Amino acid sequence: MVISILDKIREFFTQEEKTDSGSSSVAKERLQFILVQDRIKLSPQQMEEMKADLVEVITRYIEVDKEKIDMDISREEEKMAMVANFPLKKQRK
Amino acid sequence: MEQGKAIVVTSGKGGVGKTTTTANLGTALALLGKKVCLIDADIGLRNLDVVMGLENRIVYDLIDVVEEQCRLEQAMIKDKRNENLFLLPAAQTRDKDAVSEVQMQELIGELKEGMDYILVDSPAGIEQGFRNAIAGADSAIIITTPEVSAVRDADRIIGMVEAEGVNDPELIINRIRKDMVDRGDMMNIDDMLEILAIDILGVVPEDEGIVVSTNKGEPIVFSNNHLAGKAFNNIARRLEGEDIPLMDLENNNSFLVKIKKFVGLN
Ligand SMILES: Nc1ncnc2c1ncn2[C@@H]1O[C@H](COP(=O)(O)OP(=O)(O)OP(=O)(O)O)[C@@H](O)[C@H]1O
Ligand SMILES: [Mg+2]
Repeated sequence: MVISILDKIREFFTQEEKTDSGSSSVAKERLQFILVQDRIKLSPQQMEEMKADLVEVITRYIEVDKEKIDMDISREEEKMAMVANFPLKKQRK
Repeated sequence: MEQGKAIVVTSGKGGVGKTTTTANLGTALALLGKKVCLIDADIGLRNLDVVMGLENRIVYDLIDVVEEQCRLEQAMIKDKRNENLFLLPAAQTRDKDAVSEVQMQELIGELKEGMDYILVDSPAGIEQGFRNAIAGADSAIIITTPEVSAVRDADRIIGMVEAEGVNDPELIINRIRKDMVDRGDMMNIDDMLEILAIDILGVVPEDEGIVVSTNKGEPIVFSNNHLAGKAFNNIARRLEGEDIPLMDLENNNSFLVKIKKFVGLN
């Protein structure tokens, strides 16, 4: 009997405590993203240059659709990654 | 006598609690019997003297010392409550270019002879003032609050501190509010440590007592009734090598906490 009352009280106090949907998770996510950009220390212009260099190297070996290349820094599960997508050119008949 | 240790207290973002920390940590170390000199390196925006309640004792300042207008001992103000504690005030009417990194190194080198600790209160930011403050430091304490912008700037300053050759800076998270962390509206300690990849030296709660203590010019470490005072005392003991766990941020005297303890939630 005593125990069940204690359980109820406990429930009452834990309810107000456990919410994961608060703004702190948003803060953490934004911060992680900002820091990846800060730490890389690449200017947008350098990013473009790197992109051009990569394209040049890759097109030396394979034919890619230059218009559709997509390169960005993004979240991959728990880690940040630079993800690049080089669509191959449609095979000519 | 063994040489003292020079620690710079710095941050990226301004207003996060560097001066408050320097004053309280210095006082706490002096209360432990250590000989401590605080240096206000925020040239032109002197503050530490006011927080320490020593503003009307200033005759000479740091710039007078480096320009050899006076001897170092003449500019060092003895604290009114503790004979182990000294303050070297900043100049209020000069700018940060009035002192160089080499002069700061020499000054701190001289102070190390007679002191156990030299705590340097750094100005905010990444300019010359920061470089002067860090010039003679053996180690660094980074202050942040649990906000996105402050943690971001902390990350930047950690990088700069390490680039200046001061390794393994440690973090103090200031103004944390347990109620907000609990309801998920403030980043928690582990999140911040994970993101910054840095060791934690301490956590200081938001505390109205800080405002009162600053009004009076009396560091809060004199009162163990205040959580913030207790937190700074704990940090001082950690600097002295004691192994003290991060404190439970709840006010142990509150009614709610007593009930929680009773029902086994603490
Ligand atoms: N734990 C705390 N609880 C409540 N108030 C605090 C706390 N820490 C600092 N403050 C208040 O925040 C303000 C800024 O603190 P402080 O002057 O120590 O910051 P700072 O980093 O030295 O600022 P600056 O970059 O301008 O030198 C002060 O009014 C201080 O009283
Ligand atoms: Mg300050």
